[in-house]
Amino acid sequence: MRFFLINSRVDKKIIQKKDCILIGAVLLLTVLTALIAAFFQRSAGQSVRILTDGKLYGEYSLSGNQTIVIDGLHGYNRVVIENGAAYVEDADCPDKYCMKYKPISKGNETIVCLPHRLVVEVTGKADRQQPDSVAQ
Amino acid sequence: MTKRVAYCAMLTALAMIFGYVEALIPFGFGIPGIKLGIANIVIVLALYMLPAYQALLIQLARIVLVSFLFGNMAMMIYSLAGGILSFFAMLLLKKAKGFSITGVSIAGGVSHNIGQLAVAVLTVQNVRIAFYAPVLLIAGLLTGCLIGMLAYRVKPVIDKVGRH
Repeated sequence: MRFFLINSRVDKKIIQKKDCILIGAVLLLTVLTALIAAFFQRSAGQSVRILTDGKLYGEYSLSGNQTIVIDGLHGYNRVVIENGAAYVEDADCPDKYCMKYKPISKGNETIVCLPHRLVVEVTGKADRQQPDSVAQ
Repeated sequence: MTKRVAYCAMLTALAMIFGYVEALIPFGFGIPGIKLGIANIVIVLALYMLPAYQALLIQLARIVLVSFLFGNMAMMIYSLAGGILSFFAMLLLKKAKGFSITGVSIAGGVSHNIGQLAVAVLTVQNVRIAFYAPVLLIAGLLTGCLIGMLAYRVKPVIDKVGRH
């Protein structure tokens, strides 16, 4: 059973000094990325873009209420736009994660359905002037 | 040699079962992409019990087998991206002196989520979904910490059994 003793140096403490540095670094990175996300997601949304496989499926205004059914190659999703926010009401993907997202209404906010390679994203008012590189 | 094969097989089976048990535990509070990662405790402990290449083999065997049995090709790509990245992050921190098993596990949890997010960005060809990173980072930190503390408690028992 000698092989069990390989690297059997017992750690004295459950958390050591370097672990705290690592935790601090991850927390700092979290705050930093959260600030960046908040910076880009602060503008009021104007319309909803639905992309499948990275290609534009359709663009819909956030101001009206409507239901969009995407019955694509990968599967079925039903997106509802209601009171200036969009959410996925129904889908036939295995994990149903897309249905768990909170309604999105701010620019650059997204809902993803990974099994269906579907992205629902909100475009802000500033995005209207320049065409998006993703949509081209 | 035979013993090592037996241990690798046992740990692979254990990791697979943990992956299944995990599906029964409601954790993640409905936040997309969050899971506990109990199977990772096997990989963390394997890193401390066995040579690194054997721990890597357990990780790869676990992912490929679980994906073929219960998942699909897409799931395998996500799992491999997260699994391989987290393995090498954990190996690196273990080789670097001064990190405890908790720190190693945290590195694994965080890098696993980063790897999966990277594949997600490539799959849907949309960089905007990377704004989800803060959620995944903090989730990786918390789950990695939990698993690491559990591994810290289990490790002395395994060391003791191994000496007999």
